[in-house]
Amino acid sequence: MKTQTPVIKVRNVHKSFGNHKVLDGFSMDLFEGENVVIMGKSGSGKSVLIKCMVALEEYDSGSIRVMNNEIKSLNREELDRLRTEIGFLFQGSALYDSMSVRQNLEFPLRRHVEKFGEVSDTTPLVMEALESVGLAHALNLMPDELSGGMKRRIALARTLILKPKIILYDEPTTGLDPITSKEIIALIQEVQQQYHTSSIIITHDVDCARVIANRMILLIDGKNYAEGTFAELQTSDDPKIMAFFK
Amino acid sequence: MVSKTARKAVNQLHMAVENNSTLLDFSPALKNFFVEIGDLSYFAARFFKEGFTPPYEWREFLRQCYYIGNRSLALVAVTAFIIGLVFTLQSRPTLEEFGAVSWMSSMVSISIVREIGPIITALICAGRVSSGISAELGSMRVSEQIDAMEVSGTNPFKYLVVTRIFAATLMLPLLVLVGDLIAIYGSFLVENTMGNVSLTLYFNDVFEALKFSDLFPATIKTFFFGFAIGLVGCYKGYTCRKGTAGVGIAANAAVVYTSMLLFLIDFIAVIISNIVY
Repeated sequence: MKTQTPVIKVRNVHKSFGNHKVLDGFSMDLFEGENVVIMGKSGSGKSVLIKCMVALEEYDSGSIRVMNNEIKSLNREELDRLRTEIGFLFQGSALYDSMSVRQNLEFPLRRHVEKFGEVSDTTPLVMEALESVGLAHALNLMPDELSGGMKRRIALARTLILKPKIILYDEPTTGLDPITSKEIIALIQEVQQQYHTSSIIITHDVDCARVIANRMILLIDGKNYAEGTFAELQTSDDPKIMAFFK
Repeated sequence: MVSKTARKAVNQLHMAVENNSTLLDFSPALKNFFVEIGDLSYFAARFFKEGFTPPYEWREFLRQCYYIGNRSLALVAVTAFIIGLVFTLQSRPTLEEFGAVSWMSSMVSISIVREIGPIITALICAGRVSSGISAELGSMRVSEQIDAMEVSGTNPFKYLVVTRIFAATLMLPLLVLVGDLIAIYGSFLVENTMGNVSLTLYFNDVFEALKFSDLFPATIKTFFFGFAIGLVGCYKGYTCRKGTAGVGIAANAAVVYTSMLLFLIDFIAVIISNIVY
């Protein structure tokens, strides 16, 4: 797997907010078809890292290459084109309140005619995405009528509708009950198998990491402190690593 | 280019404030005021840069025109009608004292068209539209909906900000026009009841009294009022921070800032129109 060119290549990235250093020379790779889980303490810069990957945050120095594109060197149009290849699942789902589920899913679709062509009838694509998350019946509901788990699924469907090659998950199970968390974890696995995506999953949830991760990275003090499979890291005798698995 | 220069200037201002530069070593409130002015200017520069370059969000623009116009129409109409009634009722005894009741239509129409109509309508819209926009965009910001729009490859500034500012700029003159007509009609009802004046006679007097120099500057300034309402509402909402509490603060600040800006624009407009006409 690692002989391939990485779809995301992060090298020596630094990011500070005022005097607070969040990322301090962080490096990592994401290879095609793999799920990389990034764990770290709250406020350790995990979300900032994946936001830098889609240029929602600007990093101070270093290099982030996504599908061979240096993020900082892209202009607005190039960035928007690249973003259609990257799905981003937000922690709070971030569904558009003023739009129904259907409109939420149609929104990205209608704005990328160069990728899909002029879609006169969006229903088949919307239904396909909703069926893949098991919520075809929610087509005409409004976001405030959905439960937390349903919102997370619809947000995933909205991400999937653009058929991305990479999906970045920002704490996909946070705030959900254990049963719904397991359903979301299973769904992430299904999505990867069905759409052959490469994923970075930010999480605190050790169970989630155990099931999903092909590889894990521990982000400590702004650096890639440790990297390996779940089993490798779980058996480490480094106290800083052990703290995550207690 | 303009936008980059503006951003650079704003960044320098932010750095100067953070470093507690002696140049800006005065009260924190004053510092924040200048930072806010800098940020708002940058935001306005970005609007002009992005507002006139394709692609254009026509559908969202029309939707916003409908919302902004429709959202304020009833309130503007009721307020204008009452102002027309009250203004005439209050003025009548004084005019009667001087035997000048026949000047009522001229006095009412000129004062409403030149000043009362535009400023009252704009203040209503500051309270309703500007705070509404600010709260809407603020909640979208704190719930990451704006970020979601950005990562889906949509420019949220164009989609959310540019459309709302253009819609407010276009809708406010129309609301003022409707408000003026209703206020004058309210005034007519009083004159009709108390002075037995017919509709035709009253409106003939109104149109005879109004000159181009009354209508033109008053109409032009309403575009600026609309721009200010949209700009401040969008600015406070789009740059909203500090979670849900920040949304309330942003909506409140939008009304205060917009109202101050409206009076400033009105003052400048009066000076300019006095010089020109």
